[in-house]
Amino acid sequence: MFKHFITLEWKAFFRSASFASNLVLKIIMALAALYFIAIFSALGFFGFKILEEQGLEPLATVNKYLIYYLVGDLVIRYFFQKMPVTNIKPLLSLPITRKVIVHFSLGKTAISFFNVMHAFFFVPFTIALFTHGYGYHAVLWSLAMMAMIFANNFINVLINNKNIVFYPLLALVVIFASTQYYHVFDITNYTQPFFQAMYATNYMFLIPIVLVAVTYYFSFDYFKKNLSLDTGLAKKSEEAKTENFTWLNQFGTLGTFLKNDIKLIKRNKRSRTTVIMSFLFLFYGFLFFNNPHQPAVMGIFAGIFVSGGFLFTFGQFVPSWDSAYYQLMMSQNIQYRQYLSSKWWLVVIATIISTILASFYLYFGIHTYMLIVVGAIYNIGVNSHLVLFGGAFVKTPIDLAMANRAFGDKQAFNVKTMLLVLPKLLLPVLLFGLGSSIMNQNLGLVFVALAGVLGFAFRNMVFSKIEKIYKSEKYATIAAYKQKN
Amino acid sequence: MIQVHNLTKRYSLERTVLNIPFLEIPKGQSFGLVGNNGAGKTTFFSLLLDLIQPSSGQINSGLIQVDKSEAWKPFTAAFLDESFLIGYLTAEEYFYFIGDLRGQNKADVDAVLKKHEEFFNGEILNSKKYLRDLSKGNMKKVGIIATLIGNPEVIVLDEPFANLDPTTVNRLKIIIKELADDPNVTILVSSHDLVHTVEVCNRIVALHLGEVVKDIQTSPETLKELEAFFAV
Repeated sequence: MFKHFITLEWKAFFRSASFASNLVLKIIMALAALYFIAIFSALGFFGFKILEEQGLEPLATVNKYLIYYLVGDLVIRYFFQKMPVTNIKPLLSLPITRKVIVHFSLGKTAISFFNVMHAFFFVPFTIALFTHGYGYHAVLWSLAMMAMIFANNFINVLINNKNIVFYPLLALVVIFASTQYYHVFDITNYTQPFFQAMYATNYMFLIPIVLVAVTYYFSFDYFKKNLSLDTGLAKKSEEAKTENFTWLNQFGTLGTFLKNDIKLIKRNKRSRTTVIMSFLFLFYGFLFFNNPHQPAVMGIFAGIFVSGGFLFTFGQFVPSWDSAYYQLMMSQNIQYRQYLSSKWWLVVIATIISTILASFYLYFGIHTYMLIVVGAIYNIGVNSHLVLFGGAFVKTPIDLAMANRAFGDKQAFNVKTMLLVLPKLLLPVLLFGLGSSIMNQNLGLVFVALAGVLGFAFRNMVFSKIEKIYKSEKYATIAAYKQKN
Repeated sequence: MIQVHNLTKRYSLERTVLNIPFLEIPKGQSFGLVGNNGAGKTTFFSLLLDLIQPSSGQINSGLIQVDKSEAWKPFTAAFLDESFLIGYLTAEEYFYFIGDLRGQNKADVDAVLKKHEEFFNGEILNSKKYLRDLSKGNMKKVGIIATLIGNPEVIVLDEPFANLDPTTVNRLKIIIKELADDPNVTILVSSHDLVHTVEVCNRIVALHLGEVVKDIQTSPETLKELEAFFAV
């Protein structure tokens, strides 16, 4: 039976539209995976040494921060890991027991990259422990850690799509992290001995293993119970309210599209998640500003990200946001130019709002805020065109409704399109660096801002170019969008 | 209104899915396209709407070659399948959106909706549902009525009778007949159902494996002729 499922999966993977057209991206993704593997392995191998040199007891230190590691893993999973959907619907009426369907779906999540990745840290680290005389207990500890990761995997299955569980949990962790930072209350004082006990005792490592079994049991139970068309597999429908946004009428056709885009963002989970992500980008600057460990040129990098969160997360999926009804758009009385410029305005308005919201960075001084403002100018002048340009080639249909189902495919955030972002960031960093090395950072800012203004001046030319691509790619795009996942 | 010249669509050398050397649909005609699955009905409509690229030949709609210029869009309205609906809008919002694109104000759209209130059977307007949550039949009703907004000169409906309840089918026939009587409206309908098509169209073309095999002006004998052709 499982053999059949595996062939199904194999075919689903290799026959999808995005696989054929995005082989280059697949390769880039593979490289990214290798990069992560390398980083994790290096951490495992050399982490021990580094911690020792810092005068810390390696295992105890790892155990101390493990709670954050695990919760961080859960957060990453919540946003990135796809839920197990083996095209369950058509299987239901076939002579396959529900148990088998659920076991397979859950089993599929266990071999995910999100689980395997951690082994690349824990295994080398355990070897390091072993060679430093930590004894066979290190193996028990390692087993317990991997069990924790798998427990996380199934916890994620359980809390998936339950924002009401996830966000309070996230808030709790943020509170613990900040109380620890300000030495008010240190949660790790309580969790550290627990994790340490996995090593220190002969039996404690069983707890996480039991936890895996329990979480597996509950996910299994939850899945199985909800495996009918009117519960877990049903579309949840919310009560609809007609909204007319008549104030947008004054903008003519542009207003028509903007109205639609606002509704698109408001009413689909997929797009709402994107907006939340872009909001989180606002805080990206904290990693860079006033951080002596970061080279000064990276300031502009942060500036671009802070103001351009929405631009990157939403913009690069234009026109995929409209993929579900692309045939309608292509046969209606729509000029590409109007369509494009409405998306462009949306991105620009969001960039301006982000820049205003980011004014709290004024706390770090006017120069820091200028980095963001200049970043916004560059985003509006250059990157807004680049994302629309890149989007014309992205032919991954977005299933807006999918995220509404209990076992929906959570495509909320696509790793491979994130990679397309990189070229958009290198140029301003280079310009900024150039200006800084010729004179000072202010000249760097002027350079980047000038590039933005220059890009804005070429707006019409760029739009014509994108329009041409849209036209030449039209048939291919329609064909790709017809194939839903 | 619509001329087809040497139109073919093939996906490989052996597989030609559509091959129409010549076909002319005059203005004001109600044109019925019948045929089995795979006969090329939807392919023909997709070519007419420039959703797929012809392998050779061309379609002119109102003297405009559809794959060269977009000028046919203002006078053409179509509903092929659910991908012509915007799932996250309510029916009203969808109608106003289409109205906006076709240069109609709210009052114009409301007039169309008022006229076809009965067709909706009280299940669509003010239903507090997004289109994605409607049943297949109700989705179809929305799509069909949306094509009537803005007085289009060419209306393309793919399988409009499928998925509809018997009462609605009859109401739809009345609507299509009314459009057929309008000398300014060219309406193209495809269907598997010979009876319905014969009833509403004044010309029937039967496709088989991508070729035109029958082209008849509707008369009392038409149904018999078609049934004989499709008999097993």
